[in-house]
Amino acid sequence: MADIEIPPMGDPGERAIPCLKPGAMATSKPYVAAAAHNEPLGFPGALVPDWQEKGIARMGELLGKYKSLQVFMDICVKCGACADKCHYFLGTGDPKNMPVARQDLFRSVYRRYFTPAGKALGAVGLGKLVGAREFTKDVLDEWFNYFHQCSQCRRCSVFCPYGIDTAEVSMAARDIMDNIGQGHKYANEILGKVHKIGNNLGLPGPALIDNLEGLEEDLKDETGLDIRMPVNQHGAEILLVTPSADFFAEPHVLGLMGYAKVFHAAGTSWTVSTKATEAANFALFIGNYEQMRKVAMRIREAALELGVKRIVFGECGHAWRVAYSFLNTLIGPMDFLDPRYPAPQHILEFTYDLIKRGGIKLDKSGNDGMVLTFHDSCNVARASRMGDFEGGQFVIPREVIKACVPKFVDMHPDTTHEKTFCCGGGGGLLTDELMDLRIKGAAPRMEALTDVAKREGVTHMAAICAICKAQFTKVLPTYGFDREMVVSVHQLVSNAIILGNND
Amino acid sequence: MTTFFAVLYYAAFAVLVVGVGLKIAQYARVPAPLKIPTTPAPLTRSGAALRVGREVALFESLFKANKPLWIFAMVFHLGLALVLIRHLRYFQDPVWLPVALLQPFGIYGGMAMIAGLAALLVRRIIVQRIAYISGPSDYAMLVLLLAIGFSGMMMKMVAHTDIIAVKAFFTGLMVFELRPLPADPILGLHLLLVAVLMLVFPFSKLLHAPGIFFSPTRNQADDPRERRHLAPWAADLERERT
Repeated sequence: MADIEIPPMGDPGERAIPCLKPGAMATSKPYVAAAAHNEPLGFPGALVPDWQEKGIARMGELLGKYKSLQVFMDICVKCGACADKCHYFLGTGDPKNMPVARQDLFRSVYRRYFTPAGKALGAVGLGKLVGAREFTKDVLDEWFNYFHQCSQCRRCSVFCPYGIDTAEVSMAARDIMDNIGQGHKYANEILGKVHKIGNNLGLPGPALIDNLEGLEEDLKDETGLDIRMPVNQHGAEILLVTPSADFFAEPHVLGLMGYAKVFHAAGTSWTVSTKATEAANFALFIGNYEQMRKVAMRIREAALELGVKRIVFGECGHAWRVAYSFLNTLIGPMDFLDPRYPAPQHILEFTYDLIKRGGIKLDKSGNDGMVLTFHDSCNVARASRMGDFEGGQFVIPREVIKACVPKFVDMHPDTTHEKTFCCGGGGGLLTDELMDLRIKGAAPRMEALTDVAKREGVTHMAAICAICKAQFTKVLPTYGFDREMVVSVHQLVSNAIILGNND
Repeated sequence: MTTFFAVLYYAAFAVLVVGVGLKIAQYARVPAPLKIPTTPAPLTRSGAALRVGREVALFESLFKANKPLWIFAMVFHLGLALVLIRHLRYFQDPVWLPVALLQPFGIYGGMAMIAGLAALLVRRIIVQRIAYISGPSDYAMLVLLLAIGFSGMMMKMVAHTDIIAVKAFFTGLMVFELRPLPADPILGLHLLLVAVLMLVFPFSKLLHAPGIFFSPTRNQADDPRERRHLAPWAADLERERT
């Protein structure tokens, strides 16, 4: 990692747009999935001989199924409003990481095979005049490399005058590649584990139960109380669906202990299910509706099986997008749940509501010496909501943090709320072979963090996404910060909550 | 010349209306299977309609993205709008009052349109990032619009054409009657370029005009927990699987 050149950190308000470095990231790509990863998902094991024909046919199918794709292919005017908005472009200077240029890798093929101008001029070798290209192996390789340099964070779509969302295009490209046998190993391997074992980490039921028992003991040692972490408990009020990283990884697990304390303090019965031990849904990243539905369906089955009344999601960015925006579509109607509560609900909505009603008490001295800032996760910020008002996804986490810590400072406004920067590891890119990209893509966020650390003495950055937490833990040291600087929001709640004598 | 332009304009009009009509039908027909508004988004459908309205009238997102570009785009589009409204008088008799009232300002619209286009073209050439993403058709579109603007302004400022006869020609076309068009080269160029613009409209990025209304990230309300959203093909899939 030592040879990865990180961009200089400046004032986030005056960020210099990098000069173009064509080809800078031309060789960055993830591992191609093997047959063992593709076939369980119903994709061809390796690149099929007639991949060009099949790929174009799949493109046609998606154009007929997704209004977003069809409209976005036609209406881009190449104004360049998005050109300086992608964290991967800002971190690498590679022009193909400008959202419009990334889309054009796809759009050029669309124009060649699906527009009258592209078909006519393309047939006589003049496709270039209207931005049309043949779907050659070189183009496919370019797709594989650059559509795996997009974290589907939607920052470009905030600034596009037509709302064109590169995430929709990169999802479609990945779906086409999967359907011709050119899959992304990391994502497909993980989806295989979800289908087979039930979660991304491949953690079997007995190991999970064992692990949660260990955590109950830790909680007993810490608080002297019997704070439960129930598994498969029939008739519990709440089914907690949380990213599997929450069961193991740091700082994720400290957040899970926070959820348990909140449920305990509120006196609400809850459970996790060994059937749905994973909130994450990597099918979103590969743009495959059917896979996404299949993964989500486990949650419906688990909820029905255990007879719960509510479903609550733990801290996870893309999982919350799938939960908040898509769950009702994918596995609804969820009329078997208590209609008095939103279905599904975010753990932060649950905790925020308790804080407002005085249902839990917090003591800020539990987080003494900490100065917090908050990293808005892209999928929460730009693809979902919390609470019953526009922008609740920005207010609620901040209110919960402020109730738990002595000092809170926001980062530069160009890097927060809907303008937040991706951590650099989202969208299925959290894999070691992409470390160069991940470090460079984190640069805009690190710049804003360095700024508040210097000016305001910020000591910690809270996040509400398993991927953000894992990514920051890995890249913070490169930027001269301690890896433990990133914390879960419910880790702060855990430190501040007053248990026991609540009367 | 009269016959040539008559045929050309009937053809261009047909291509424009049918081409754009087919595109609009396609955009309306293809379903959006998932709720994907870019959030924070309005919670109601009327709120979402207003959001689209703000994008169309004020270029709200572009304003957030890039102030100079927003100014250039606004100047060009407002100028173009004024020019188009002003041109309505060549197709109607009597002229509507609002069109008559805007008449004296049309000339400023023409200037604004040209200034905006020139700024957009210069920007496309000198900004490295924008030059990188620009293809031949992107330059061609700006040059075409500039040439339309210039030839139009020429007739207003330098070499006047017989505008009464031009109006007679177009009102004639509307009732399928051929009335002579003045044999004026600048007028010929102007009309030819406008016809080209009409002909390429349904096949080019000019589709952004109808397309914006169909953009799911802007026209959807943020209400997925309250309303179940299911595309017909997704409903079929559901029936197959259960």
